[in-house]
Amino acid sequence: MTRREVSTGMRIIRTQSRHIKEGFKNLGRNGWMSFASVSAVTVTLLLVGVFLVLLLNINAIASQIEDDVEIRVYLDKTVKEDKYAQIEEKLGSIDRVSNVQFVPKDEGLKDLINSLGDEGKVFESLKSENPLPDAFSVKTEKPQDTPVVAEKIEGMKSVTKVEYGKGTVEKLFKVTDAARNIGLILIVGLLFTAMFLIANTIKITIVTRGKEIEIMKLVGATNSFIRGPFFVEGLLLGVLGSLVPIGLLILGYQFVYEAVSMNLKTIFIQLLPVYPLMFQLAGLLVVIGAFIGVWGSLTSVRKFLKV
Amino acid sequence: MIEMIDVWKTYPNGVMALNGIDVHIDKGDFVYVVGPSGAGKSTFIKCMYRQEKPTKGNIIINGKSLTKVKERQIPYLRRQIGVVFQDFKLLPKLSVYENVAFALEVIEESPKVVRRQVMETLELVGLKNKARFLPDELSGGEQQRVSIARSIVNKPAVVIADEPTGNLDPETAWGIMEVFEEISNRGTTVVMATHNKEIVNTIKKRVIAIEGGRIVRDEKRGVYGYEDHTNPISSY
Repeated sequence: MTRREVSTGMRIIRTQSRHIKEGFKNLGRNGWMSFASVSAVTVTLLLVGVFLVLLLNINAIASQIEDDVEIRVYLDKTVKEDKYAQIEEKLGSIDRVSNVQFVPKDEGLKDLINSLGDEGKVFESLKSENPLPDAFSVKTEKPQDTPVVAEKIEGMKSVTKVEYGKGTVEKLFKVTDAARNIGLILIVGLLFTAMFLIANTIKITIVTRGKEIEIMKLVGATNSFIRGPFFVEGLLLGVLGSLVPIGLLILGYQFVYEAVSMNLKTIFIQLLPVYPLMFQLAGLLVVIGAFIGVWGSLTSVRKFLKV
Repeated sequence: MIEMIDVWKTYPNGVMALNGIDVHIDKGDFVYVVGPSGAGKSTFIKCMYRQEKPTKGNIIINGKSLTKVKERQIPYLRRQIGVVFQDFKLLPKLSVYENVAFALEVIEESPKVVRRQVMETLELVGLKNKARFLPDELSGGEQQRVSIARSIVNKPAVVIADEPTGNLDPETAWGIMEVFEEISNRGTTVVMATHNKEIVNTIKKRVIAIEGGRIVRDEKRGVYGYEDHTNPISSY
């Protein structure tokens, strides 16, 4: 390396460390405004986080429910058992079918008795003379495909009955889709609000420093040099603002998760486990916070960089 | 050193501030820019450090065209021009030393150079022993000295001053003029817009008078030539 290269390298290191130092210093110098900005980030990210957890759980629960949807295909009793393999293959070859499973009639009866709970005991006596036919359980690639596939199966020979909870299933899909969409709209709306709220707060802190920027420009500082400390400051504001929401969300979700799994064990609904969900959420909130902070800081400074 | 060729400036609101300015200022010159309020003095000065861009014409400083230069190059151009204002424009939370050092730090000078040049410059303006003071703890004259120190610490070829004594009492104003003379004696070009009749008539230098956006007078050892009462010093 030549001496010139060394001194250029030194200058770059010096400049970067100055930006970082100034960024931290400015945070302290503008104490109250920094506090306001961090609070704005905190409040909005907390809301975003809560809605995100809700949305993800709604999505997970909806998927769980949807996954339980299956088509039960009852076979004609006259069909010989050696034909079963052929039928199974035929079912599997239907478009959008993902899985076909044989359900012998004994198992079918057991399922029926279990699903009816106490009342199912009435059917215990039938065990010796099972009236149910053998059946196949068919799952589709997407639960929403169920009605279409069921219709196709109904046309097949050697099938007596196709069951998938017609009507109920369609309603279920309507509800889960609505829940997902509303959640998504809420999150997106919240994120936009957060961005503008935070950008505005940061803007106020920067407006008070217009003079400093003006002098920097007059003595010949480049725009990228002027932006440096603001970049660092925005990053810090965003990251600091995401810490409290992350802490609160982890504590809150842990509490809710335990409460739900204690009291709602009987229902077949399960919340997403605390980890890794909370790690992912923490990472996401830090990134969103940093992005919003930097974006707010740099857009606010831009208007002073003209001239 | 400074060359203005047929410079025109019309503001977006229609005000025609400069109407065809031609001027040539040599290296090391000391020039007063005088004229009634609203005559175009400020615009003339602002065009020189590229705060305003002329609508037409060309300005060349130290061989570089201010009007043709790319936006990105402006910072590097400004490093050759020191600017002093009537209201000092100091950063209140920085000490005297830090205010002056600021001008070097933001153009990424090495700490060694910063230390040496700041102390040298503070000595030149007579504030070496007040380096640790905050601007609020200084008198108006002293604050202006800090501002001058900041403008010259980078050793620019040109110092441009817009009414540097406008906020100061007469006695302090004379002290400030001594600093400018010292800067000029060291070979730096000084361009100063002023309303201070007494100073212009006593410390004789080249005088450029602007009226209605045109140069109406340009004399080697000129006089102020106006009777105006906006300046407290002229009534003394």
